[in-house]
Amino acid sequence: MTVPGVLQLLVFMAVMALLAIPMGRYMHRVFEGRRTFLDPVLVPCERFIYRFCGMDPTAEMHWTTYGLALLALNLAGFVVLFALILLQQVLPLNPAHLPKVPFWVAWNTAVSFVSNTNWQVYGGESTLSYLTQMWLTVQQFLSPITGICFFLAVVRGFSRQNTDLLGNFWRDFVRTLLWISIPGAIVGTVVLVGLGSPQNFSPYTVVHTLQGASQTIAQGPIASMTSIMQLGDNGGGYMNMNAAHPFEAPNAASLLFQLLLGFLIPVGCVYLFGLMVKDRRQGWAIYATMALMFIPLTLIMYHAEAAGNPILAQFHLSGTANMEGKEVRFGPALSSLFNSGTTAVSWGSIAAANDSMTPIGGLIPLFNMMTGEVIFGSWGVGMVGMLAYAVLAVFLAGLMVGRTPEYLGKKIQAFEVKMSVLAMIVPSFVILIFAALSVMLKPGLGAIANPGPHGLSEVLYAFASGVGNNGSAFGGLNSAAPWYAATVGFAMLFGRYPMYLPLLAMAGSLGRKQRVPVSAGTFPTHGAMFVGLLAGTVVIVGALVFFPALALGPLAEQFAMQAGRLF
Amino acid sequence: MAVPQPVPRGCDGKGRIAVRAHLWSGFRLVLLMTVILGLGYNGAMTGVARLIFPRQAAGSLIVRSGTVVGSRLIGQQFTSGRFFQGRPSATTPPYNAASSGATNYGPTNPALIDEVRTNLAAVERANPGVPSTAIPPDLVESSASGIDPDISPEAALLQVARVAAANRLPTQAVRQLVLAHERGRFLGLYGSPHVNVLELNLALLSLVRQG
Repeated sequence: MTVPGVLQLLVFMAVMALLAIPMGRYMHRVFEGRRTFLDPVLVPCERFIYRFCGMDPTAEMHWTTYGLALLALNLAGFVVLFALILLQQVLPLNPAHLPKVPFWVAWNTAVSFVSNTNWQVYGGESTLSYLTQMWLTVQQFLSPITGICFFLAVVRGFSRQNTDLLGNFWRDFVRTLLWISIPGAIVGTVVLVGLGSPQNFSPYTVVHTLQGASQTIAQGPIASMTSIMQLGDNGGGYMNMNAAHPFEAPNAASLLFQLLLGFLIPVGCVYLFGLMVKDRRQGWAIYATMALMFIPLTLIMYHAEAAGNPILAQFHLSGTANMEGKEVRFGPALSSLFNSGTTAVSWGSIAAANDSMTPIGGLIPLFNMMTGEVIFGSWGVGMVGMLAYAVLAVFLAGLMVGRTPEYLGKKIQAFEVKMSVLAMIVPSFVILIFAALSVMLKPGLGAIANPGPHGLSEVLYAFASGVGNNGSAFGGLNSAAPWYAATVGFAMLFGRYPMYLPLLAMAGSLGRKQRVPVSAGTFPTHGAMFVGLLAGTVVIVGALVFFPALALGPLAEQFAMQAGRLF
Repeated sequence: MAVPQPVPRGCDGKGRIAVRAHLWSGFRLVLLMTVILGLGYNGAMTGVARLIFPRQAAGSLIVRSGTVVGSRLIGQQFTSGRFFQGRPSATTPPYNAASSGATNYGPTNPALIDEVRTNLAAVERANPGVPSTAIPPDLVESSASGIDPDISPEAALLQVARVAAANRLPTQAVRQLVLAHERGRFLGLYGSPHVNVLELNLALLSLVRQG
């Protein structure tokens, strides 16, 4: 580990904490319907969309209606995208003459992009035409907004009282799209092109190399897709190797900018939460919990990658850093920050190959996903996951002192705790069951690339990524094999929608409750005690559920590696 | 303050049941956005990019006497001793810029150890007299993209003696060339120091022509 390597993380976190405030305030203005500097252009667009789509933006919705509208939009998005991918070979803008996309690849890809996972069973530049990539960007705009709407509805459950109404889904959706996604993506594209990413519809360029060979270079509208895939925490890159590809992230400045883009809305959501519940300290307490988990986890990962693989010490190289599957312009420190960040935020872009990380270096992204991607998390979803943990944390605290727990002035009763636990159990169950089936059945075993415990890590990673709607991978696993294309597809669905409904129901129940006044017996949820309790709950719940599996995968491999054992 | 009336399940605030209406609105929104974002956004950004940053938008291509010899962002395979050589690439063929990829070898996979052993032997053979303790990991371990355009300054410097001899150039001049092409960390913090191999080799060619 080097001084710049540690400092880069701390500087980044400080910058994000500062950016959270203006971003959260701006989002608050947008959702409150107050004036912003973009209004003269966007208000007419907003009215046009409501009229064109037949939406009533004024009617407040019951949680079931809100959930229904959310599911309806996701279903529509899936149907349209699935059809467009299957039509690739008859549509234009396919200068590389890429063939028809296989049915199961199209199915998996449509689920993947609609559920904000962006798990890629294909190599972008070798499978999808320019036009198909452009259809994917549509869902890269729309799918994260579903998460924001979910978040807004849940927080309104806490902030409102005596009501069944949690806001209007269409209004929340359209305003996010117009005021946040589109302007952000446009600015992002311009900066990314300025930093070197290509943006064109030219055919793949054939160049004559200095040695006299010829090299075909994939081109395309790369910057515009990279911009929204990072801003929207989608992570589905234009190229197979995502942000490790020099066209997607040509230099450290570009990669750092992409990190800022990806963290911007998630940190804004945490501050926005404080504003919505009218107590900014509540937001900062959650923020502190997230940051205090993210910093040590990232440092552990960086340390593991800088220390490298002791088995390679026999070759007496000049350094020990693990450079297998890494790019020189990023190095171990920035690669670790990026890959840890994109799994903490449910995002899934990669700047280095996770499969070739040291066991501990691969354990951190896995841990980030298995705890539910609540360390900032993607647009709103991570924040809601953290609120579910907060409900559980105050419940545990209530059990210890024998009082009815309260959070944000709302009594937490059996129904809220049940719904929180349900939202946590379903994803864990799906990850473990699918992983167990995969290592017992032939089609599951056949697609594993690395021998020994690392193979189990590959499988665990695939389902943790699918269920967590992350989308990054231990790339050695043949995810295009029918077994994984099908099961990871289901995992993506299970991980997203069964988490939404119980927590929307919880919000519905909370919204009906009267706020109870703060008394001497109220457990304060804005201090260091709560931060510790919340972080402890996340780690303990995550560790208890997954520890046996992690012990057989990355932990076993770590001990084997230190003993110099190969498989 | 009037307490709002409870709303029946499945209805909006005005009491309407709206399954089909919501589905229909959803479809219209998706279709509208498929046109506006899928075609409009990507197309407009392409136009804007070409206008403001034409060189980057086209892929940072390098043109030498009328032919495109590469992109400064995309690594090329160099096997000749005359050139500085880049990192091992996992793509087929190596440095395939139309299908990026990594080895995905895990740390306890024997294939990783074999790969490093083979690559190290090749570097040692190509650069006689250079001890393994002068060879950095990036020169013997495969990149993530398979088209990594860069190597560490250390990896470039250890090739100076060989490249200078093969091109009949003074060692000091080639060494100066490497140092001039070294790029540091962004803001002194982000990334790793590196040397772009293609740019270095292009500068080497002009040096050969001058000399």
